[in-house]
Amino acid sequence: MKTKRILGILTAIMMLSVLSLGVPASAQDEIVINVVGMDQAGMTPEELDEIARLFEEQNPGVRVETSYVLYDGLHDLLVTSISSEPPAFDVVLVDDIWYAEFVDAGWLLDVTDRITDEMREGIFEAAWDITTVNGRVYGMPWLLDQKYFFYNTRLLEEAGFEEPPRTWEEVEEMSRVMKEMGLVEYPMIWSWAQIEAVICDFVTLLYGNNAEFFDENNQPVFNSPEGVEVLEWMVRMIDEGLVNPASITSAEEDVRNVFSQGQAAFATNWVYMYDLTQDPEESQVVGEVGMALMPVFESALEEGILSATIDGSMGYSVTAGSEHPDEAWAFIEFLTSEPIQIEYSAHQLPIWEDAFESEDLIALNPVTVPMFAEQFPWSHVRPKVPYYNEASRIIQVAIQEALTHAATPQEALDNAVEQILEVAAEYED
Amino acid sequence: MAPNGRRLSDYIRRLGNLEMNEGAFALILILPSVILTLGLILWPLANTFVMSLHESNLARPQRQDFVGFQHYIHFLGNRMFWETIGRTFYFTFVSVGIELVLGIAIAMLISAKLKGWRFLRTAVIIPWAVPTIVNGAIWRWIYNADYGALNGLLLQLGLIDKYIAWLVEPHRAMNLVILADVWHSAPFVVLIISAALVSLPVELYDAASIDGANGWQRFTRITLPLLRPAILVVLVIRTVEAFRVFDIIYIMTRGGPVNGTMVISYLTYQETFSYLHLGRGSALSFIVSAFIFLLALLYVKVLYTEDVAV
Repeated sequence: MKTKRILGILTAIMMLSVLSLGVPASAQDEIVINVVGMDQAGMTPEELDEIARLFEEQNPGVRVETSYVLYDGLHDLLVTSISSEPPAFDVVLVDDIWYAEFVDAGWLLDVTDRITDEMREGIFEAAWDITTVNGRVYGMPWLLDQKYFFYNTRLLEEAGFEEPPRTWEEVEEMSRVMKEMGLVEYPMIWSWAQIEAVICDFVTLLYGNNAEFFDENNQPVFNSPEGVEVLEWMVRMIDEGLVNPASITSAEEDVRNVFSQGQAAFATNWVYMYDLTQDPEESQVVGEVGMALMPVFESALEEGILSATIDGSMGYSVTAGSEHPDEAWAFIEFLTSEPIQIEYSAHQLPIWEDAFESEDLIALNPVTVPMFAEQFPWSHVRPKVPYYNEASRIIQVAIQEALTHAATPQEALDNAVEQILEVAAEYED
Repeated sequence: MAPNGRRLSDYIRRLGNLEMNEGAFALILILPSVILTLGLILWPLANTFVMSLHESNLARPQRQDFVGFQHYIHFLGNRMFWETIGRTFYFTFVSVGIELVLGIAIAMLISAKLKGWRFLRTAVIIPWAVPTIVNGAIWRWIYNADYGALNGLLLQLGLIDKYIAWLVEPHRAMNLVILADVWHSAPFVVLIISAALVSLPVELYDAASIDGANGWQRFTRITLPLLRPAILVVLVIRTVEAFRVFDIIYIMTRGGPVNGTMVISYLTYQETFSYLHLGRGSALSFIVSAFIFLLALLYVKVLYTEDVAV
């Protein structure tokens, strides 16, 4: 009896150890690429996972592990996970405004020599600016995005307007009419929370008033008289109830929710919002959404500035310490290839210039594709400075101080410029 | 255990043929935990302290200039830092205060064993079982200006005539975050106080009833003094926890609006991980530790100098 039992136990132990040896053995044959992307504007995680599966089918032996975070958590996740050796991710999604900082730190792989002539010529010239720092390329442009102007066609019709507004003065006037008619409580919704989103909206309005954010020498100049006018307008719109007061705590997704409920006549957002407003499960305004060129202030229009918006592009890069840089780059190439970009164009548009002439793309996106071409020449980038995050945070607080009447717009912006210059001084060496 | 231990030590002595005194043997036994303590607590602490004396930026690893106590001086002379500390104290005292009062009241209610007390006991624990992150998300939805439950409820009750953007006003945002924290943490107080209530001697209450003491007198003269050790435990744990509050702020407001909910842990996080100033972040965490240490010292003093055992 006893020997039998001991034999039984021994057999079990042997079987278990064989099993446990077997698992790592098979995993070792496989190369795993860890990818981090964004679960917000742009392609959805489901679409990205689908593309990853396609890549795995074409590249046996390579497995793609994806993870997704919200935009506002992405920067902080990246700096803690790719500053280690080896980095936790092979392929990372990097925002336009972080490239200077990450390259300065040496975290991204220089891929200048991997860029083919076909890519150089086929992809939008302006797109390369996103991933290029000091003349070297550190990734593939990915999300060519900018903020668009959306309006609710039904509300405009009911208020008796036939055309969408061209200037912010017209937006204000139409909003007032709709509010007085009782069509909508708060005609405008913006993303003015204490996050990067408020900077995007502020910069859009700044350039729409012929003001500048940072000048060509990367000096903050947004406290110019035109800049102060913009912030004064924002404050007045909140005070008059033409802008939803919830804007002060809203991000892009909150804007989408309010607009999709039909509770706003005007909104600005990234391109992904259009498709989702046409999804009956996500939206109550299906078929009632119009897109128009981002308005500007009258004074700017008189000077020939037809529109102004913010460039919110991002790129995919390989980390400098990645153990499988070739496979990682192959995945990025696949992800950004023209056929894939055209097929998955519902929530973000391709980086390839000639794709915009393709009948397929226009057929898939009859509203957003023509809109992109019209809006992109008026898109403005934020400065590439290594202290951008700190500067941004300072301006976010300044804008909120003005919106909640803790300071006048002039005081708030002057104060912000002064603080940014102090931070910039720390980075001079 | 003692005879067993001696036999084991004898065995080791014979085995190694070594003359080992009790002290050396004890040292061997505690060595693993000493190594763990040094490696996991003291070394990181020392490392953080050294870092706090340097200008250290995660994105610029090549530069590590020694700056002495400059970071500490920078923060201690900074108005925004003191506003943040003030806000953190406000959060800590208001939220722990409400939790304590509410917790004791609910614990008394449970111990009164009214009809349905078992259900109450279970139901009360649920918020505590919800992860803080989820709790933050729940309350952010409740407070939502355009489709939040709070607006819906108040509107249907006729208390407001249109939806209110609750988190827009900085001070109100702070109070609403506190409310969310109380909802989440009061059950912990209930749990500890309930456990203490069960162990109170029944004879004292019987005697008090015979002497003609009413309910309120019994509560203030018997229950509260007897609960003091439990209350102190709750106070220490919850104060330290509340002072370090981070996750609920991160989820609900990210320190906004206008820094109205910017607490010290969030500021530390922002300096360290958003701006990558490891030196300043380390200095801040040491300052936070100093504050918590002082608070703990205060409690320990009360705990040990007064006759708490009763």
